[in-house]
Amino acid sequence: MENLMVVYEALPFLLQGIITTLGLVLSALFLGFIIGVPLAIGQVFASSWIKKIIAIYVWFFRGLPILVLLFLFYYGLFTMIGLNLTAFMAAVLVLGLRSSAYQSQIFRGSIQSLGKGQLMAAYSLGMSKGKAIWNIILPQALRISIPGWSNEYPAMLTESAITYAIGVMEILTRGNFIASRTYLPMPIYLTCAIIFLLLSYSGMKLLHLLEEKVRMPGFEK
Amino acid sequence: MPKNKELILQVKDIHKSFGDKEVLKGISFEVHKGETKVIIGPSGMGKSTLLRCINQLTIPDKGTIWLRGQEVNHHNARQINQFRQKIGMVFQDFNLFDHLNAVSNVEIALIKVKGMKKQEARDKAMSELQKVGLVKQAFLYPAELSGGQKQRVSIARALAMDPEVMLFDEPTSALDPELIGEVLGVMQKLAQEGMTMVVVTHEMGFARSVADEIIFLERGRILESGPPEKLFYQPEYERTRKFLFKLTELYGDIKGYHKR
Amino acid sequence: MINWQFFLEILFPALQEGFLMTIKLVCWSIPIGLVVGIVIAVGRVYGNIIVSFFCKAYIVFFRGTPLLIQLFILYYGLPSLGIYLSPFVASVIGFILCSSAYHAEYIRGAIQSVKSGQILAAQALGMSKISAVLNIVLPQALRRAIPGCSNEIIYLIKYSSLAFMVTCIELTGAGKIVASRYFAYTEVFLVIGVIYLALVSLVSKLLNILEDRLAFPGWENKK
Ligand SMILES: Nc1ncnc2c1ncn2[C@@H]1O[C@H](COP(=O)(O)OP(=O)(O)OP(=O)(O)O)[C@@H](O)[C@H]1O
Ligand SMILES: [Mg+2]
Repeated sequence: MENLMVVYEALPFLLQGIITTLGLVLSALFLGFIIGVPLAIGQVFASSWIKKIIAIYVWFFRGLPILVLLFLFYYGLFTMIGLNLTAFMAAVLVLGLRSSAYQSQIFRGSIQSLGKGQLMAAYSLGMSKGKAIWNIILPQALRISIPGWSNEYPAMLTESAITYAIGVMEILTRGNFIASRTYLPMPIYLTCAIIFLLLSYSGMKLLHLLEEKVRMPGFEK
Repeated sequence: MPKNKELILQVKDIHKSFGDKEVLKGISFEVHKGETKVIIGPSGMGKSTLLRCINQLTIPDKGTIWLRGQEVNHHNARQINQFRQKIGMVFQDFNLFDHLNAVSNVEIALIKVKGMKKQEARDKAMSELQKVGLVKQAFLYPAELSGGQKQRVSIARALAMDPEVMLFDEPTSALDPELIGEVLGVMQKLAQEGMTMVVVTHEMGFARSVADEIIFLERGRILESGPPEKLFYQPEYERTRKFLFKLTELYGDIKGYHKR
Repeated sequence: MINWQFFLEILFPALQEGFLMTIKLVCWSIPIGLVVGIVIAVGRVYGNIIVSFFCKAYIVFFRGTPLLIQLFILYYGLPSLGIYLSPFVASVIGFILCSSAYHAEYIRGAIQSVKSGQILAAQALGMSKISAVLNIVLPQALRRAIPGCSNEIIYLIKYSSLAFMVTCIELTGAGKIVASRYFAYTEVFLVIGVIYLALVSLVSKLLNILEDRLAFPGWENKK
């Protein structure tokens, strides 16, 4: 009973964390997309030294734990270059850059799965490389990427809790705050867990709807 | 050879190697307006490479391509794009844009390359589809078309750019036998209407009835060329006779193609 | 100017201990996590309704919630129920629970990609169903699950840094302590980053070699 009361009283405070968590996750996914697409194009079409640089970028961001990246950038590099960011902004940047590395691999795979034929056809009609990539390759590659890309959302969602370590006021940080005050950690943590499960589930449902919506002949999985 | 006709395409001494394998060892020929050249030759002997060299999808190691007396400079990307607009290309495996329906496949280059207005491009695309008999299928996606229909869309797509010359790279060899006729029919009609064409094909019935000249490519060189009657009935080389005999046996003469 | 003394006398000794703790964490978690994952996957596919439902719930919960919450529950939550775990034990249990859920999902997919006719064929030879699963299906399924499971193992190595959040001082934690005492975050975490990169690259090389070693003709043609 006491447990329920605590959860009931804590709920509004916890739910506010949803805004922070979703804001963080969506911004980082968006940033990852914006950077990930050109990275993928570069990895397929650019000159070999640009490919190498991108490969190192991807290797770096995929090889380091999020916690280390957060500490390195938030307490180290950002401060060093005089960038005075809030914890939230730093978290968006770090998660976004990291996600761009993962997303670029998804898009790269899709681009490569298209094969060279359509590119040839586009060139034979007089399209420049840029036009061919933009009008022919990207629309298809992005569509093919949707299933793989959908997994980025739940992954990013669960990972976003790690930003607790630099004090971003997301769901878990708030839960922890209450747990340490009320000495009733169990119900609070479980509530947080359920909130995450619900966010994950509803997000996936939305993504499936999107998948249905852009489905077209020849692009079934 | 119709000497009085306008010269459209000149291929001069084209060489191309991949690694240490020399695929083309100096190919030269000329195509005049309204002519149909058919290129034949054993598999893997560089026929596709030759066609790709003509519109610079593959850059030749040596030799030049001339369109209406103008040399194509492959160092100039913009000039190449302009030049490719004037050369239509049809591929063996269609290479339709899978995310666009038939009419969009035909109009996309009109809009994005020629800068045509959407409505104008749509009208033009529909009239090209009509020429290949696919108005009803205009809004179907490539995945919903048969092989023969796909190839006809790809022909319409190339025609829409109003090319000076069309290149066909084995346009029927990925098709089921019963679908070959519809594509050859479209090509024959094009030839009759005066389109200038260079066709790589093993369809001897088509070659015999439509070609002005057959070019026999072997080991990276033109072994022999001439009008169909000559190559079929009085070839200079035993090799040519044997190859043509084998092809005719394999593919047969497609019925219904009559000398114009 | 680089202060070599700082690196040699302060940072490296501290990181050495932390590194050993990281290795200890992953060496416990990886194999046990895999075994639990296999059990859960088998239960999910072949168990009766109740077992299968339990396994599904297990997978959904541990994949759908942040690992950090799981660790907090184990370390800060359980004491309120009278269960006290050391930071190390809480971390290892958390890693096992979470990684086994991911392994289970990869292995389940692999099991379902093995043609069901093979179980029938095995049963026709007189094998029991359990024996058919153990001897025929699992060897193939595990081979197919290697890429996914390898991926998960790499994730686990990186996620082991979260043990620090429940006061188990491993590599990241050791670095954080030094970094905040000497205010040298950039240097410390660049060094730590290099260590993780080396570790992760080494392990993924090894896993790739393992994957090649265990290949059998035709296994790529999944469907
Ligand atoms: N991009 C390339 N890189 C390396 N080798 C190539 C490349 N393109 C073609 N080749 C090689 O050049 C040779 C000629 O190829 P090409 O496709 O032009 O032959 P083809 O006469 O069209 O054969 P087919 O009848 O099979 O279509 C082949 O041996 C092929 O392997
Ligand atoms: Mg060819």
